[in-house]
Amino acid sequence: MFEVNCGVIIMDESVVQDVLGLYEENIDKLDISAKEKGALKKSLKDKYRDMYYDYGDAIGVIAAQSISEPATQTTLRSYHRAAGIGLNITQGLPRILEIFDARKAPVTPAMKIYLKKEFNTKIKAINIASSIKETNLKHIMVLDSLDLGNMTVEVELDKKLIDKLSIAPDKIVSAVKRKIKNLNGTIDGNKIIFEMNKDKVTVKDLQTLRFKLREVHVKGIKGITHCIVEKTGDDFVLYTLGSNLGKVSKIEGIDISRMVSNNIFEIADTVGIEAARTTIVSEITETLRAQGVDTDVRHLLLVADTMTQSGDIQAIGRYGLSGSKSSVLARANFEETIKHLVEAAVAGISDELNGIVENVMIGKTARVGTGLVEVAMKTQTSAKVDENNKK
Amino acid sequence: MIVGAIYLNDDEIKNHVLVPRHEILDAKEKETVLKKYNVTVEQLPKILNDDAAIKAFGAKVGDVVKITRESVTAGVSIYYRTVI
Repeated sequence: MFEVNCGVIIMDESVVQDVLGLYEENIDKLDISAKEKGALKKSLKDKYRDMYYDYGDAIGVIAAQSISEPATQTTLRSYHRAAGIGLNITQGLPRILEIFDARKAPVTPAMKIYLKKEFNTKIKAINIASSIKETNLKHIMVLDSLDLGNMTVEVELDKKLIDKLSIAPDKIVSAVKRKIKNLNGTIDGNKIIFEMNKDKVTVKDLQTLRFKLREVHVKGIKGITHCIVEKTGDDFVLYTLGSNLGKVSKIEGIDISRMVSNNIFEIADTVGIEAARTTIVSEITETLRAQGVDTDVRHLLLVADTMTQSGDIQAIGRYGLSGSKSSVLARANFEETIKHLVEAAVAGISDELNGIVENVMIGKTARVGTGLVEVAMKTQTSAKVDENNKK
Repeated sequence: MIVGAIYLNDDEIKNHVLVPRHEILDAKEKETVLKKYNVTVEQLPKILNDDAAIKAFGAKVGDVVKITRESVTAGVSIYYRTVI
């Protein structure tokens, strides 16, 4: 655990002790002399202390560089094929932009769902998958045709498929009736015949009805177009295209504690901002890693913390963090210069010149790094740190 | 908050893998934290009072919550947010 105390970063001694403990455990396995052992211990300690940032370091800029430089190396438009079939999930630069811009819905929302122990079998997993995947009438019918003699629409169902999905024909009729008013449906074997309760039914009416019928939602969750079962280790995992955590949580057999989505806003709405922060980190890490980029996770942690510090997810950009800076000059420096300057002039806003950009603009020493201190002096705490460093 | 959407119940939220432990600090602990970091309540990172996790853990506006996260780099990391 790190502590920031009056600008002096003190490493919690327990962390150093943890590292040294690991050293003590494993040192005997190495075939090296006592002198080398001592040197190793010292360099371990030094290495660890090198990892601190000094007070006043512009860690935001460092994070920005560390993420953007590798991002230029990533492919512009690439898709990752989850589960080997069908599911194209946005990856690469478009996905990174999507996260940092805090878009309300990703282009390809996706969920990863685990099952409860007692449902963790292939058959049950497939059943659950079929009750999650959106099924419209068009998915389960073989043919729909117009009967111009009786002025009706006949829908022939795929018998095998509706048995597999366990959808009863009368349920289909009631689903259709809920969606389309003034309609009668009669089941005739594999066929359902729909008749309009209307005096004069024209052919045009029938055509409209036929297309409406195809889109009637019969089973599953709206918006989830694919649901694939894959076995990872001992678990059967459902991968979906389309995301709706709230509705999925109501389906029996789902392990609610382990269902995740790549829609950050949905996560924030369902389980809170802290979970959203974790998702931001894991999504960016995964995207970068898929591209072979190895950015230190600390930079991403910083970005995620900043994006969520207001309690809501803020984008990094004009309408997000950069647009909500308190300094007028800093905002004007970024984008929409004239807008910000005019607004400030009209409202009579003053600028304290505390930030970096403002000071660079007027040619003063920026309050960053060594420019932050005017008088340096040894305090009790810094003396303690020096002592620790000597040890 | 979307009208008509389905939300999880408190236990489901608390047990979710992505949700770290949120603890509400009492007045004394709050004082200690603010003094330790030399900040005011307004300067702490914020969390909305209609946040799903905040509702589940039962915090109120003005509370400071201590969030114990599992961290990749430091094992456990502690974060504070004030409820607004």
